[in-house]
Amino acid sequence: MTATARSTSSRNPMDAARAAAEPRLSVEQVSYAYSPNPQQAPIFTLEATSFHAKAGEVTAILGPNASGKSTLLQIISGALHPLSGRVLLNGFVTHDLEPRARGQRIAMVQQESQLLFPSKAWEFVMQGRHPYGRSLRFETDDDVLIAKNALAQVGAEHLSDRWMDQISGGEKQRVILARALAQQPLLLLLDEPTLHLDIGAQVDLLETLRRLAVENRYTVVIVTHELNLVGEYADQVALLQKGKCLRVGAPASVYQRDLLEQVFQTQLTVELGSTGRPRVSILPGSGS
Amino acid sequence: MRPLTLSRLLLQCVILGAILFCVMVLALKFGAVHVSLYGLGRDLLRVFLGKSTEISSEYSLILNIRLPRILLGVLVGASLSVAGTSFQALLRNPLADPYVLGVSNGAAVGAILALLLEPHLALTPEIASVFTPLGGFLGAAIAITAVYFLGRREGRIDSSTLLLGGVITASLLSAIIILLLTTMPSSNVRGMAYWLMGELSAVPSRPLGWVLRVGFLAAAAVIYTTASDLNLLLSGEKEAMHLGVDVRRVRLIVYIAASALTGLAVAMSGSIGYVGLLVPHVMRMIFGSDHRILIPASAFGGAIVLVIADTLARTVAAPAELPVGAITAIAGAPLFIYLLRRKLA
Repeated sequence: MTATARSTSSRNPMDAARAAAEPRLSVEQVSYAYSPNPQQAPIFTLEATSFHAKAGEVTAILGPNASGKSTLLQIISGALHPLSGRVLLNGFVTHDLEPRARGQRIAMVQQESQLLFPSKAWEFVMQGRHPYGRSLRFETDDDVLIAKNALAQVGAEHLSDRWMDQISGGEKQRVILARALAQQPLLLLLDEPTLHLDIGAQVDLLETLRRLAVENRYTVVIVTHELNLVGEYADQVALLQKGKCLRVGAPASVYQRDLLEQVFQTQLTVELGSTGRPRVSILPGSGS
Repeated sequence: MRPLTLSRLLLQCVILGAILFCVMVLALKFGAVHVSLYGLGRDLLRVFLGKSTEISSEYSLILNIRLPRILLGVLVGASLSVAGTSFQALLRNPLADPYVLGVSNGAAVGAILALLLEPHLALTPEIASVFTPLGGFLGAAIAITAVYFLGRREGRIDSSTLLLGGVITASLLSAIIILLLTTMPSSNVRGMAYWLMGELSAVPSRPLGWVLRVGFLAAAAVIYTTASDLNLLLSGEKEAMHLGVDVRRVRLIVYIAASALTGLAVAMSGSIGYVGLLVPHVMRMIFGSDHRILIPASAFGGAIVLVIADTLARTVAAPAELPVGAITAIAGAPLFIYLLRRKLA
């Protein structure tokens, strides 16, 4: 096990086996309503949504724009209070965790990090160690080792001394991921991490996530629009439409042609690849 | 990878402290009366040894008049600069300075009102001597509170709402200042104009001096405890929250402490411009944007800059004195334009 992976194994092998079989993340009937003004009817609602995920599993939240994907992710992260229901991570309700305790368990990779004043990549990764100390702290040798390891795990050691505003989008995304790894989380959340990446960098990122989920026993939840990447790399898919969770299951069971066509409002074809993974193709000129 | 260590931080502070000390000694030397460094050193040593009676009258004058003024410059410069650094992080805006949220205008309105009221109240000389700064501090406190409530959104401070609320409040208050100035007896206008521009000639009385010192140390210490949090807050509120920062608490603490620093400084010396805007940027270029070093570096840097500026204000047109705020603005504006162009290039 690497320095960035938190040991979750129990002393008793029976306990360990049971822990592996039980879900680490339980999203239980969470709903949400947003209205800009408390007197007005909500302009967006997320209906009760449930799914479970184990350690080492990659779950993707899919859906068209404004379907509630990012809202669901924010609720899972504990940053947003659900209207009803709860999210449990290893038995703890995520939105009841203290900010520091949450930062030690849940890492979030946002769409884009806006830096007001530039910093070096290693300084950025070191931010991931913040939850592990008092408010004013100086990094220990352990922190340095963990940050170095995190950069190594995403293949970005060479970027360590580069300025964050002078590296490419794909490189930046790796450094942001390294910062999340430095948090040594149980749960790794990613909000559209492939947004500004070319197809090669997208595949690279998903391969890395897949590998890290298995090696470090992370539970990974990713919000994305990339149907085929999800089909290839996710263990589980939650399909959302207009704040309603339509289906949860393995990609092959969720990727039904009729369902996807109805959700994404365009004609598609779905085939099973040689690996048993579904592939989605568009039919040009068929947009409604 | 070379993280900041406590020993490196202390070393940098010692170097900056030494520079500040040299600047202060030179500032003691220069002025309407010329004195030798040797004589200064000898008499400073005597003061420290408690042999004040052996000091020559010339040096005693220097130590009693110039030294308190220099010490005031150190505190005001450090306060403004630390407040500027804090507001830039709090508002996530590199153009923020201690006055952007209207604190200085609030203080000015309070001070002018105090000045107008003073002749009508039968005040004892002790109270009269602190009446204007007290009015200034009260005005600043009221402005801070008003802007805080304007800047809240859904029960928490929102950077952009706070900034807008502050800018609007500042412009309203500045209109009130103009109205008050036009109704003032002309004998007061000149003094007020100096105060609005910022000047260090009115050294506070002993109790006020202590309020300033204790207030500065307390507020700066409180801000410093959030230094690591501020580093994360610069990457955005959401990111900071996911990295374990209690964003709401940190915002509130920094807002109150940085406003108190500004209020104290302005109440004592008027609104000296550019120190709080520029020093943080220059320090960031030298020491990087890590607030654990940036906050103490800004404190030293602000003190150094203001003591130099005030020495110039005392000496360039001697025996006449210029408002130190005019010196910092004349030197600061071109420097700021240079830094801005360099950044854009």
